[in-house]
Amino acid sequence: MADDVVIEAHGLVKRYGTNPTATPAVDGIDLAVRRGELFGFLGPNGAGKSSAMRMIACVSPRTGGELRVLGLDPDRDGRRIRARLGVVPQEDTLDLELNVADNLYVYGRFFDLPRRALRERIPALLDSVSLADRAEDRVDSLSGGMKRRLTIARAMVSDPELVLLDEPTTGLDPHARHLLWDRLRHLKDRGVTQVLTTHYMDEAEQLCDRLVVMDGGRIVAEGSPAELIAKHVSREVVELRFADGQAPADVGTQLAGIGDAVEAMSDRFQVFADDGDAAVAEVMTRGLHPRQVLVRRATLEDVFLKLTGRGLVD
Amino acid sequence: MGTPLAFRATAQWWRQTRRRLPTTIVVALLLPLGYLASLGIGIGHYVDRGDGWLAGVPYAAWLAPGLLAATAFQGAATDGLWSVYGAVKWAGQYKAQIATPLRPRDALLGHWAYIVLRMAIVAALELAVMATFGAWRRPTAALALPGAVLTGGAFAAALMAWAVTRETEGSFVVVQRFVITPLFLFAGTFFPLAELPAVLRWFAYATPLWHGVSLCRGLMVPGTSGAVMAANVAYLGVLAAAAMTVAVRSYERRLAP
Repeated sequence: MADDVVIEAHGLVKRYGTNPTATPAVDGIDLAVRRGELFGFLGPNGAGKSSAMRMIACVSPRTGGELRVLGLDPDRDGRRIRARLGVVPQEDTLDLELNVADNLYVYGRFFDLPRRALRERIPALLDSVSLADRAEDRVDSLSGGMKRRLTIARAMVSDPELVLLDEPTTGLDPHARHLLWDRLRHLKDRGVTQVLTTHYMDEAEQLCDRLVVMDGGRIVAEGSPAELIAKHVSREVVELRFADGQAPADVGTQLAGIGDAVEAMSDRFQVFADDGDAAVAEVMTRGLHPRQVLVRRATLEDVFLKLTGRGLVD
Repeated sequence: MGTPLAFRATAQWWRQTRRRLPTTIVVALLLPLGYLASLGIGIGHYVDRGDGWLAGVPYAAWLAPGLLAATAFQGAATDGLWSVYGAVKWAGQYKAQIATPLRPRDALLGHWAYIVLRMAIVAALELAVMATFGAWRRPTAALALPGAVLTGGAFAAALMAWAVTRETEGSFVVVQRFVITPLFLFAGTFFPLAELPAVLRWFAYATPLWHGVSLCRGLMVPGTSGAVMAANVAYLGVLAAAAMTVAVRSYERRLAP
């Protein structure tokens, strides 16, 4: 395995329970995450992202396939691997009975960090997530965004080579999300390899150098956000909404041939085209009069929709 | 190798409760010492006027070792059920622990060690107070401390093995009402099992609490043979080992499926 590959999986399978015919949560995925990358698993709930993450985090034995994390086998070297990981779980697992600084202290002791070094390190860690003034406060009194930031500081306490973040911004308000994204970009600038799962396409687009799109336990696409968009959809999307009952019955047929592709949605038609304005002009030329026309940039959501026929968030 | 993995988890529990520890210990002492004062002295006054029922040992001195074992047993019940459930379902301490070099078995052992440590502090204080009630009537009386801790520790491990598998806490109250409390009342803490009908008596002999009571009583006051105490230790030791083995499996299944 190349030195700069931090995670490598071939045909990785996870099946819960003992029934060999049960549908696997992860159904044979291949991936390679390189050092310094911010790598994402994008997919809807139940796609298998968290199961994949748990295997990488060495807290869930794999059912089949190959997996190497930091060059080691999780089945044999789980403890040694976990000693080099920083984990930000989906639900907060902060100790509500301890204050903010003690949460970092206790967690650092799990890694057997020397007590004195740990005490010296904690103020800087809290500062890095803008919680320096909350060191003595109870965790209870923190907002959701602050708790997430504290969890990130906690994951960094052991100076990990690889940070795993499972749905890091689920449940946060937009302001808290942007603050958190900022922290993750900062980590990336410091060269820390990060893997995150998300079902927010904007998060994946904003943060990830490279990502895999998962659906039903399988990887359905892989690449950088820009590559995925270029490969699976065109640059722009025209959304056409017709007033109730005003659209001609054969509007789908009438739109055929405009742009690269036309998709019928429950409430609108979408025309994929490299030049959205030209596509709109063509629609008008054909004598169609949608109530609303919107030209926008294509997103990963469009990629997912194209690949699976469904949206990311139901 | 550094600090043993399990002790790193124990440190979390210790740090979490150390400020409250004096209060919780006083609360834990209130019940057994209340029983000892009210039953030991109050009822004991009448018992001791009787027919030499307890082989010449005053009732208060006879009752004390039973309460010592029963307190450890009840402490094990509370910690082994709710604090385990809370660590899985509410606070997520176990999940945080196993994301680090700690394994599920370290989370288990570390939590168990903390429960046993707290139990030992309570039992030591209890035992000291009992000395003033004249309950130390054999040179081996101080050994009742490890005896009580073995009783509580074995039972705690058994409850932890089960509690970690629970999805809801509804059944805990049932265990409390229909297992813990009846044992507390009928496993020989307050009166000799000879007073029970044969069926109930043999049922009581099979329970961990009776073995704990018998062991602590044998170490503190005269009247129990060495063979019986050896059997008590063997029973509790086997229970502890078996419960721990099962608990390791159930922690692994629950925390790292």
